[in-house]
Amino acid sequence: MDFLLNITPWPVLSALLWIVLAVTALYFARSSAHKAIRAATDTLYQSLRFASKAVLRSATRLSKRNREVLLAAGREAKERIVEREFDRISESVRKDLASFSSLHRALSESINRIEEDHQQAVDVPPDPPGWVKAVEAVAKLDSRDGRVRVGNILSDIHKSLIKAHQDAVTMYREASAKRHTLLHKMRPEWRKIQQTLGQVGKNVDTLLSRSVTIDRHMQEYEDIVTGQDRAASVLSSSSLVYFFVSMLVLLVAIGGATINFSLIARPMAEMVGGTSLIGGFRTAHIAALVIIMVEISMGLFLMESLRITRLFPVIGALPDKMRVRMIWITFTILFLLASVEAGLAYMREVLLQDELATSALLRGDDSGTLTGQYLWITTAAQMGMGFILPFALTFVAIPLETFVHSLRTVVGLITIGLLRFVSLALRLLAGAFRYLGLLAEQVYDLPLFIPLWLEERNSGNANKSAGSAFAR
Amino acid sequence: MRFLFSLTACMLVLGCAPAAPSNTGVYMLLDTSGTYREELNKAQQIIRYTLSRLDATDSFAVARIDTGSFSEKDIVAKVTLDDRPSMMNRQKRQFAEQISAFVDGVRSSPYTDITGGLLQAVEFLNEKGTANKTILIFSDLKEDLKDGYIRDIEFDLDGFNVIALNVTKLRSDNVDPREYLSRLADWQTKIEKFGGQWRVINDLEGLEGLL
Repeated sequence: MDFLLNITPWPVLSALLWIVLAVTALYFARSSAHKAIRAATDTLYQSLRFASKAVLRSATRLSKRNREVLLAAGREAKERIVEREFDRISESVRKDLASFSSLHRALSESINRIEEDHQQAVDVPPDPPGWVKAVEAVAKLDSRDGRVRVGNILSDIHKSLIKAHQDAVTMYREASAKRHTLLHKMRPEWRKIQQTLGQVGKNVDTLLSRSVTIDRHMQEYEDIVTGQDRAASVLSSSSLVYFFVSMLVLLVAIGGATINFSLIARPMAEMVGGTSLIGGFRTAHIAALVIIMVEISMGLFLMESLRITRLFPVIGALPDKMRVRMIWITFTILFLLASVEAGLAYMREVLLQDELATSALLRGDDSGTLTGQYLWITTAAQMGMGFILPFALTFVAIPLETFVHSLRTVVGLITIGLLRFVSLALRLLAGAFRYLGLLAEQVYDLPLFIPLWLEERNSGNANKSAGSAFAR
Repeated sequence: MRFLFSLTACMLVLGCAPAAPSNTGVYMLLDTSGTYREELNKAQQIIRYTLSRLDATDSFAVARIDTGSFSEKDIVAKVTLDDRPSMMNRQKRQFAEQISAFVDGVRSSPYTDITGGLLQAVEFLNEKGTANKTILIFSDLKEDLKDGYIRDIEFDLDGFNVIALNVTKLRSDNVDPREYLSRLADWQTKIEKFGGQWRVINDLEGLEGLL
């Protein structure tokens, strides 16, 4: 450094000289330096922009793919729902049609009975009275023999008339009573018909409401098939909800499995030893874990065989006979494992008592042994839990299926978000490099302000003189 | 595919490889000489505590210190705990009963051969091959050898923890405490010289750090 300041006898002069030299050198190298800075920053800018676009393209592709997956899953789910609705309708129609013949027969019988009763209840016109014949006889007598015996005849006619009237009234009353009886008998038949028709109406209403539901599902299915944004949006939000709900249920199931594990891990040491290790883990713990995993697997297979879940299409596609066999086999294995767990839970209690007794003995405390009369309650509770938990864990298959299906969508959404964020960050970085280049050029020009000013002034004068020459 | 097979095979081999032992071996020497015999009830308490701390595959032996302690005949009780919990509890109970019987019927010995007992302890624990080796000496550390017994020998105590318990003060120690201090210092020097770790616990209420 001293050497640089000693090129003249005066250090200040030397420094000034160096500054002038440096400024001159920088001024002459200015154009090249600017090009170099611009090239470097432009390269970075272009590269980062290119990377940003590539990442964005990936995000778009993934989004498209995710949408396709979502729509496919939605389509499948809708197909299942519509299929089930049709099954229900089919079942309902089958049931109603099966009883339709008896219903028809009942209705026909009722109608026949009503017709018969109705015919019998028709108002029969009374016979013409007997005095008409008497009047005819009087008329004949009047024309042949004169009017001597007319008084007697009229008296007879009067008697006949009264008698005929009384007979007619009696007959009419009897017929009315019979008609009323028949009409009275018709009432339950009418009620029966009304009930039957009400049942038919209800069935028809059910079918109509189901058809409305199917219409709604079919509309949604059409939206999915045509790939409408609304359908995709609904499916996406549903998928997120399913994901979180199923995750919550799975966490509960993990809690249950942990309790199950603690129930059987201790007594397992009695079977496989308490100190042997596999891969750094106790064999007893691994054995307990394996039992729980086998139980969960059996539960999955049982649910698959019952066609409640569809994680393994192979099982769902099995012939019904084979599937029923599989249901029985998996259920039997589950039952046996649950029984083993109940036994292990009992063993755990026995071991615990043994250990407590030993500890009490070693402490010199004879009263430490638990001989409580309510001890059987905890033992029974443990055994019950050991037996029930494997069956309860069977139902893990349902949230697991939902979790697996929704996980793909959720992971896709998260990845899309990340890719978009990376794209934005790269774009911002590209812009930052571009402006950094401009800044570097300005910083480079800063010490060159004097020559640049002079250059500007000269170019101004030159322009002026050129302008005046042009004007002249 | 081949890589996957190899990886799986390696994992299986590594997973099934026997892990390094982490068990504990404890050998306890009980001084039965003179008036120290009266302290054996405290020793019983320590033995029970030790039993409660031991786990499966741990080894434990209790031996008496008498005239010539370098002998298997002086081992009062010994056990290597089974890895099945029920069997382990049974062994512990039997061990405690054996010690009770010994304490009830023990007779005091005229001489105190601590070094011989120590040699026997080293031999026992080395034979068991436990990962942690602890020798408990329940004694006043006053060695009193019978004529003719040679105990000026070297032995390897590398990896051994030697803990002196209940080191009581003798009447002569009260007259001249330097005797007591020099006795402790001598034993410490001796143990550490042969590579062992030395510790003294006189407060039997604070046995938490014993094992």
